[in-house]
Amino acid sequence: MANFFANFIENFLSIFRTKKHIKLGIYGPPNAGKTTLANRICEDWLGEEMGEVSKIPHETREIKVKEKITMKSNGKTISFKLIDTPGIATKIDFEDFMKFKMKKKAAQKRAKEATKGVIEAIKWLDDMDCVLAVLDSTQNPYSQVNITIIGNLAARNIPVLIVGNKTDLKRSNLKKIESAFPQYKTLGISAEKGHNIEQFYKEIFKLVR
Amino acid sequence: MLTLRYLPYNEHGELSSNEKIRKVLNIVKNDSIVLMEGRLSVEEEAKLIERTMEQIDRRFKGVEICTVFPEKKNDPFSRKLKNGFYKLLLGNRMGVTVIGPANIVKEIKRDPNKIELLTKNVRRRRK
Repeated sequence: MANFFANFIENFLSIFRTKKHIKLGIYGPPNAGKTTLANRICEDWLGEEMGEVSKIPHETREIKVKEKITMKSNGKTISFKLIDTPGIATKIDFEDFMKFKMKKKAAQKRAKEATKGVIEAIKWLDDMDCVLAVLDSTQNPYSQVNITIIGNLAARNIPVLIVGNKTDLKRSNLKKIESAFPQYKTLGISAEKGHNIEQFYKEIFKLVR
Repeated sequence: MLTLRYLPYNEHGELSSNEKIRKVLNIVKNDSIVLMEGRLSVEEEAKLIERTMEQIDRRFKGVEICTVFPEKKNDPFSRKLKNGFYKLLLGNRMGVTVIGPANIVKEIKRDPNKIELLTKNVRRRRK
């Protein structure tokens, strides 16, 4: 009976602790692991995947939304809408897709869809309440796409957590990301292997709060 | 052969964002690399990506872009003040922006202190 009342009071209070309609966007260049991270979050908190992942760039070519993800930790609850966006790029060449043994027509279709996806991702920037900027920690962080994404978020005063993904790989260099964007909190994870994912969720609590 | 087109501040400083982007893309689509005095704002950079995506076709594959900006976050206040004063007087001329067509420029590597421009073997196609 005591437990029942404790749970009741906890649930009642959590209504006031929960912020609703917060939009958490996942942004970054292609193949940084945005959808892998979205899948990790959705599997851990909803028990289902968000989207397909692939080694071929621009697998996610439209905005994908999970309406409500609720995270609970230490008696606190946060609830947000998770938005997985297509990778932002300055160039798209269908011939690059053909290197992955894709046929010409399919590659051209993918390229066309990918260009629309990039435009859509940029348009959605204005709607975000907070953003996870996912960067591949094995790649040079000083790319103009990274600078443009993070610069645009800063210009809009949108809180950002930089996620250096793929830290399980040997070439991973988180320090380089930290020195490229020293004014932001950077967290290294491996979305695929689940490394440092608990710390990542703690940071989401701070970001969405 | 690589063509570099210098775009001084007085050729783009007075233009609206849309006009500036249109001008840059027109040059780049003619297979030239733009060396622009000053930089685009972050909003203009995002707009440039949008416009580029709208124009991608079989011939035009997009752009490579890189900005080198001399002002650093840890610059002393006196230098920031001086730069702010120059900016007010002369316009935002600081920095250099390099924008090239993706069918010619394979990659622009940007380190804090240098730019490396990697080019492809140019195969010019008939329009």
